[in-house]
Amino acid sequence: MTVRVQPEDFDVAREIANLRAGDARVGAVASFIGTVRDINDAAPIVAMTLEHYPGMTERSLEAIVAEARRRFDIYDALVIHRVGELRPTDQIVLVVVTSAHRGDAFDACRFIMDYLKTQAPFWKKEQTPDGARWVEARTSDDEAAAGW
Amino acid sequence: MRDSASATHTVNVVYLARLREAFERGAETLPLPTDVDPITVADILATLMARGGVWAAELAPGRAVRVAVNYAMTSRDAPVHPGDEVALFPPVTGG
Repeated sequence: MTVRVQPEDFDVAREIANLRAGDARVGAVASFIGTVRDINDAAPIVAMTLEHYPGMTERSLEAIVAEARRRFDIYDALVIHRVGELRPTDQIVLVVVTSAHRGDAFDACRFIMDYLKTQAPFWKKEQTPDGARWVEARTSDDEAAAGW
Repeated sequence: MRDSASATHTVNVVYLARLREAFERGAETLPLPTDVDPITVADILATLMARGGVWAAELAPGRAVRVAVNYAMTSRDAPVHPGDEVALFPPVTGG
């Protein structure tokens, strides 16, 4: 299990290859990549800044992955979340899960993202042509997490 | 057990995201009330709201403020002890 919070971009192909390297038990790899859109709540997005809470964010992600391992039959999991200034089309987050079969891989990947969205201490501040604004949390994210 | 006269009768309060900007500080050392035992997160919030102004506005009941004590999300009735780190922040928006 690996959790990383970093300003640097990540190479999806390399991260997936590393996670399943040499593990012949793996029959399924599910991944999710979150990226920066150029529009949100009807406003064009010029850039966004991702803030986190050093010390807590990593622990929170580790706890979420540990919970996924408890609930689903998976072999390994990776979460990378970027912080700092990002621009439209940039990668924000990567979740990769390995399992014997697709069901647990898909479910664990979605579970990790749904919990990350509501539990992990990250905050987005968007730069729009009218100025900067903090992104508001969505109740649909709370509902998605509560669904597990 | 705790010595209320001790200089260590404080907590480190951390403010993040919108609250950090509103309060114009990322953290501060806050003396704990000596007339309450056990002290809870709600007591910390009451102490801060008593400052009025932006403090009372941002932490008012009904505002979505999340709390973590020693890096774990918790509720307002959670106990707080000297030396703890209490973080206040808006609902998270990562991913």
